[in-house]
Amino acid sequence: MNIPRNWRLQQQRYRLEGEVCEKCGARIFPARDICPECEAPAKTPLVFSGKGEVYSYTTVHTPPQGFEEFAPYILALIQLEEGPLITAQLTDVDADHVDIGMPVEMVTRKVQGGGAEGPIVYGYKFRPVLHATVHAAPHE
Amino acid sequence: MRDVAIIGTGETKVGEHWDVSLRHLALEAIQAALADAGVATVDALYVGNMLAGELAGQEHLGALVADFAGLSGVEALRVEAADASGAAALRVGYMAVAGGLADIVVVVGVEKMTDALAGEIVYGRSLATDGDYESAVGGSLTAVNALLMRRYMHEYGYAQRDFAPFAVNAHRNAVHNPQAMFRFPITPERFAAAPMVCDPINLFDSAPAADGAAAVVLAPGDAARTFSAVPVRIRASAVGTDALAVHDRHHPLLLRSAALAAQRAYEQAGVTPQDIDLFELHGSFGILAALSLEAAGFAAPGQGVRMALDGEIGLTGRIPIATMGGLKARGHPAGATGVYQVVEVVHQLRGLAGENQVPNARLGMTQSLGGSGGTAITHILERME
Ligand SMILES: [Zn+2]
Repeated sequence: MNIPRNWRLQQQRYRLEGEVCEKCGARIFPARDICPECEAPAKTPLVFSGKGEVYSYTTVHTPPQGFEEFAPYILALIQLEEGPLITAQLTDVDADHVDIGMPVEMVTRKVQGGGAEGPIVYGYKFRPVLHATVHAAPHE
Repeated sequence: MRDVAIIGTGETKVGEHWDVSLRHLALEAIQAALADAGVATVDALYVGNMLAGELAGQEHLGALVADFAGLSGVEALRVEAADASGAAALRVGYMAVAGGLADIVVVVGVEKMTDALAGEIVYGRSLATDGDYESAVGGSLTAVNALLMRRYMHEYGYAQRDFAPFAVNAHRNAVHNPQAMFRFPITPERFAAAPMVCDPINLFDSAPAADGAAAVVLAPGDAARTFSAVPVRIRASAVGTDALAVHDRHHPLLLRSAALAAQRAYEQAGVTPQDIDLFELHGSFGILAALSLEAAGFAAPGQGVRMALDGEIGLTGRIPIATMGGLKARGHPAGATGVYQVVEVVHQLRGLAGENQVPNARLGMTQSLGGSGGTAITHILERME
């Protein structure tokens, strides 16, 4: 994918920036400027939390040109906690440990590129939610 | 609007034609269709094609094919709607004749895929998905359909092997189709043992990329009998659309485009699903066959796979599908497939389907999908008595 096209998508790729519809309140990702629920103009930016759960998934054994180095990789539909579905790769997990309903969170990873296929492209992937590290409170 | 009839058909064998170019494939199908119709000149040519620019290094197919087929000078345009391109070209030809803008029109679907490397073909087909948000993150066409399939299995409680009857039925019917790519039967056991492409979609659940061309000649309905002893009337021609990306659809397991196209077609023809004798659907994967059966009103949501398991999709079943092998075993030359579907229904309605003849076929339906269902195009065809 060429450089201007990737540059145009950077807010979506790095921050999960979508939109909110001022008329009906629908939260929209990817951004599309017309609300799919009520068809009103919707251009108010909204940064999504990056939290969600697996809605469906597949392991891609036969990748398209440009994704060979990642194969086999897990592609998923993630239901974001704000509502919309997003298509993204899962990372830091084996397919054997993925289930529909599994909580996941967004991370930034290399999505494509390097070498003859063009520039390196970074963007969102999702990984299983890590349990927060609890620092032991100092004893009084 | 005028009635429109199909007065001739032609098709090449589907397969890996390393020795034949795109233009020669189109020529062979067009010549066969013109000969079948008994016409030498046409008013217009519409070419359905998905991937010639990406895989065959050639755009500008309207003029190219017209010139090469000896029709130089006629109106000629290429029509594109991903792997529904062939059906889209027929839709345009139908509009031209129905609207009185042309009398005799030839529609050809042509695709030349197998010169390219496997990764190039996977990439080319992925161009039917959303380029910013599906293929950009590694979503091949098979992968996004696999996402639909796994969700379907989860919601309705099916196993991967439950999809086997779609492929088994297609292969069984292809045995008797001399134009089919895979003329051998398969068993459910062989289906279950096939390697995964994008699990749960395996190799035997995936229609093969192929080369091929198919053509039909259209004429006004009231003139059809002067050309053909057994013309076929186009009773309905309808298009529906939806978001390209699965994640942008309200209900991913309901193919809205297909439901809209089918509903519009039933209204045009004044018929219901119960009146349809056979249905050539877009079974590029078993999951799309199931979702098409459901969207077109032959099965309730979640019951498309059950229909196949219950043997209702065979030649003598409640609604025969893939009667000449379908996308899975006839082969899936992308932008040509929509015209193959129509040619096969015409064979059935003319009583020319040989071993695969559906008894007393009078009304047949085709439905072609682009990508994972962004476009759906439905035609209903009727034998003229
Ligand atoms: Zn709204």
